[in-house]
Amino acid sequence: MKLEYIVAFVVLLFAAQFFYGVATNPDSEFGGADGEAGDFVSEISPGYEPTEPWFQKYLFEPPGGETESLLFALQAAFGAIVIGYTIGYYKGKGQNN
Amino acid sequence: MHIFEGFLPSPWWQLWFVFSIPVILYGMYKMNKLVSERREVVPLLAVAGAFIFVLSSLKLPSVTGSSSHPTGTGMAAILFGPAITAVLGFIVLIYQAIFLAHGGITTLGANAAAMGIIGPLVAFLFYKAASKTGMNFYLNVFLATAIANWVTYVITSLQLALAFQSGGNFLTLFAGFAGIFATTQVPLAILEGALTALIMKYVVQIKSDVLVDLNVLTAKTVTKLKESMQ
Repeated sequence: MKLEYIVAFVVLLFAAQFFYGVATNPDSEFGGADGEAGDFVSEISPGYEPTEPWFQKYLFEPPGGETESLLFALQAAFGAIVIGYTIGYYKGKGQNN
Repeated sequence: MHIFEGFLPSPWWQLWFVFSIPVILYGMYKMNKLVSERREVVPLLAVAGAFIFVLSSLKLPSVTGSSSHPTGTGMAAILFGPAITAVLGFIVLIYQAIFLAHGGITTLGANAAAMGIIGPLVAFLFYKAASKTGMNFYLNVFLATAIANWVTYVITSLQLALAFQSGGNFLTLFAGFAGIFATTQVPLAILEGALTALIMKYVVQIKSDVLVDLNVLTAKTVTKLKESMQ
């Protein structure tokens, strides 16, 4: 169980750094670092227009934040099912033997 | 966080495809071979892929006031090596580019290079080297995966700095992008390392024979790890 305690402690530390971040960046909405990099690009090379590939208009794009969070949640749920199922399956099998 | 669609001008996005595609093809070949020779690794391969799915979907807030996500690729790299990890990472990147408009299609080559290839390669080399020194297995997994996570974003910064060299001194640009990506990533890398070490503990518990088969651990180390769990 020792490793579990250490990991739980790391998770607590992670929460702590988040709250510290909230306190030191009161106006931040914690947007993506990729968006910030985009801002940095327009700073260093003003006038750079992201090139839009010809197939862009045929691609699906989530209409808004709600649909996007749904798809991210599905991604996580799908992965979590696979991990839980596999580990559970072998754990159960090991106990039967 | 991956590079947005359109944020790598020509010829950079093409060059990164040239870099990534051969590695991914080689990874597919290796994965096919592994799966047909050793059916028993399939569940573990699924877990490694699923771990990348879960971790790369979590946008986590960092002390810098912005968010990014872990990669999950370090575990696959330790278990299956960087080539197979490149394939798994590529699948996740395609999912996110097509369904989530996160990352992009033209930037897929560059993102695959950072998250799927170079980060995992560093994790793999670190793990192998540290194993030889007799480092504690979980500490090794923690360090290797945290480094893979962090290196991924150092590479992302490098890719952007290379592509926008016209914007100023290369080192200043690199420092600028790294200040955004790599700094934000530090707490996330530590968290990912800890979570991966924990998952690996369960893998040792349930499928240690496969770990020996895959040359991840020696039979002796497995016995020792299992004894310490009692």
